[in-house]
Amino acid sequence: MMMLLIARLTLQEAVRRKLVWAVLALSAVFVLLYVYGFQIVVDDFEAFNDQRGGEPREFLPREVQMSIMVMLGLWTVNFLAGVMTIFAAVGAISSEIEAGTLHVIVTKPLNRFEIIAGKYLGFLTMIVIYMSLMVGSVVATSYFVADYVPPNILDGLGLMILVSTILLSLTMLGSTIFSTMANGVVVFMLYGMALTGGLVEQIGTGIDNDTMVRIGVASSVLVPSDSMWKLASYKVQPAIAVSLTGPNPFGTFVPPSDFAVRYAIFYCLAVVLVSMAVFQRRDL
Amino acid sequence: MSSTTEAPVPQPTPRAEAEQPAIEARGLQKAFGDLVAVDDLTITVGQGEVYGFLGPNGAGKSTTVKILTGLIRPTAGEARLLGRKLGDRRTKREIGYLPELFRFHDWLTANEFLDVHGRLAGMTRSQRQQRIPEALQLVGLTGRGDDRLRTFSKGMQQRAGLAQALLHNPKLIFLDEPTSALDPIGRRIVRDVIRELSAAGTTIFLNSHLLSEVELVSDRVAILNRGVVVAEGRLDELRPQGFAVSLRLDGWSDERRDVVMRLATIDSLEQLADDLAALTVTVPDEATIAELVAGLVGVGARVYEVTPRKETLEDLFVNLVDQADGMDLKVSTQGQADTP
Repeated sequence: MMMLLIARLTLQEAVRRKLVWAVLALSAVFVLLYVYGFQIVVDDFEAFNDQRGGEPREFLPREVQMSIMVMLGLWTVNFLAGVMTIFAAVGAISSEIEAGTLHVIVTKPLNRFEIIAGKYLGFLTMIVIYMSLMVGSVVATSYFVADYVPPNILDGLGLMILVSTILLSLTMLGSTIFSTMANGVVVFMLYGMALTGGLVEQIGTGIDNDTMVRIGVASSVLVPSDSMWKLASYKVQPAIAVSLTGPNPFGTFVPPSDFAVRYAIFYCLAVVLVSMAVFQRRDL
Repeated sequence: MSSTTEAPVPQPTPRAEAEQPAIEARGLQKAFGDLVAVDDLTITVGQGEVYGFLGPNGAGKSTTVKILTGLIRPTAGEARLLGRKLGDRRTKREIGYLPELFRFHDWLTANEFLDVHGRLAGMTRSQRQQRIPEALQLVGLTGRGDDRLRTFSKGMQQRAGLAQALLHNPKLIFLDEPTSALDPIGRRIVRDVIRELSAAGTTIFLNSHLLSEVELVSDRVAILNRGVVVAEGRLDELRPQGFAVSLRLDGWSDERRDVVMRLATIDSLEQLADDLAALTVTVPDEATIAELVAGLVGVGARVYEVTPRKETLEDLFVNLVDQADGMDLKVSTQGQADTP
């Protein structure tokens, strides 16, 4: 299978070029800081309770406070993974065209779409492994430091993987059309737009402004990454936390529907197919 | 001038594949917007030939190879490789390619690089295990298989690229400026490899702007200028007919002139002193040179110097390119520059 060979090459390149090690090293720093910060919050919480003579009359219930900490961790992981996905895949095709490394591959007996499929698979594998490790670290921290396990965490993980996959699909498409530099700019702007659009929708919901909500919906049709993050955040928070914290960048109380999830998956497939079609016809 | 196939284009005969030409291109054209990189290119390369594709920089040589290898699409015309249409997967298995701007995944070792490309070419594990050391040896990289390509010099990378191109024993190999990064020894290695492949029956399409490279190994050449083939044929056909010879004698006389005129044509004559004449003549073949000298000595002349001046393909090349450019200039003064 040529696709698997290309996928393997993609993974091998990430390892050989030390991308993987750099990301893992920095992520380890993040996890350490996160553990430290979580511990401080838990200690504070307990000290506060002790002062009150063990009478639990908190500003927010413990579950909600711990959930906020988990959300903070997951939001950071989600954001970083998105950025790294874009950076890693920004030149997936374009940089190889620019360097000329693709010329001796395309002329081999394989179809061009297999190259796209293989690279996509390679990056997707990295996303799944990285996301699992990082979400696992956040949940493990919460469990061991605060004895709190967020609900539906596997759904959340799946949706967060979907967030990065959406960005990966867009980046691959851009990489078959634009130069590496232009692609970086374009995909980043789209990513930024999705984040802002999500925020506008939140605020619109909060102040009951239909136009703002529609802007948000339009942006999540164009780039559904932020809406999938919102669904993920909704699922991994206990109901009490959602209703107490209200709309905020980390979550929502109007979760996107199942249709939105199907749309996002279809969106990824469609974008990949388009990038295959573009690459198929492209002069190298 | 043009010995290109003018008369009925050879029809593809329904004979065995081995009888099919290795490359058959008809009216290929590639335009990038207004710029026509290759225009109406019609060539036929027989199997087992070493075909030199010559032209100055920017003539459209690489574009032609890219069309034939399927990297870019022609805007007009069609081509067949080994009897099949461009892009056929079976054909891709049987062609090798070394691009002009050879850049490879330099984080791989030479062995890994060849292994990947062997797999891409559809070779089995045992084929690869046997063939990779052979290919490395052929291009003079024995013992460097475990080094990353990044640590290689440009010339070594180009030779690794050559190993990649011939690894799977293709029937047809495209080499685009294969010696651009090589030192004289490297060039010699490439030349030897081409000869070896040719001896084994491989067809080689050799792009180069270096006539000396092409001249030494090619059976036939085409000369491309500004996207148009200005000459095509076997080397001995293209090379100017006859040999120019310059002579120095102890003087000149009618008698001596008769001797010379009988055997050759006089291109120039100069009486340098009473007892010294220099002349340039053209003789039909090398054997006549000896006859000429004997004739002159026979009528009492003393011959001080006989220098055969072999006209090279280089002269032809420069002439043709100049001519074509001249034509183009004339056309462009009349209006839109348009290659005929």
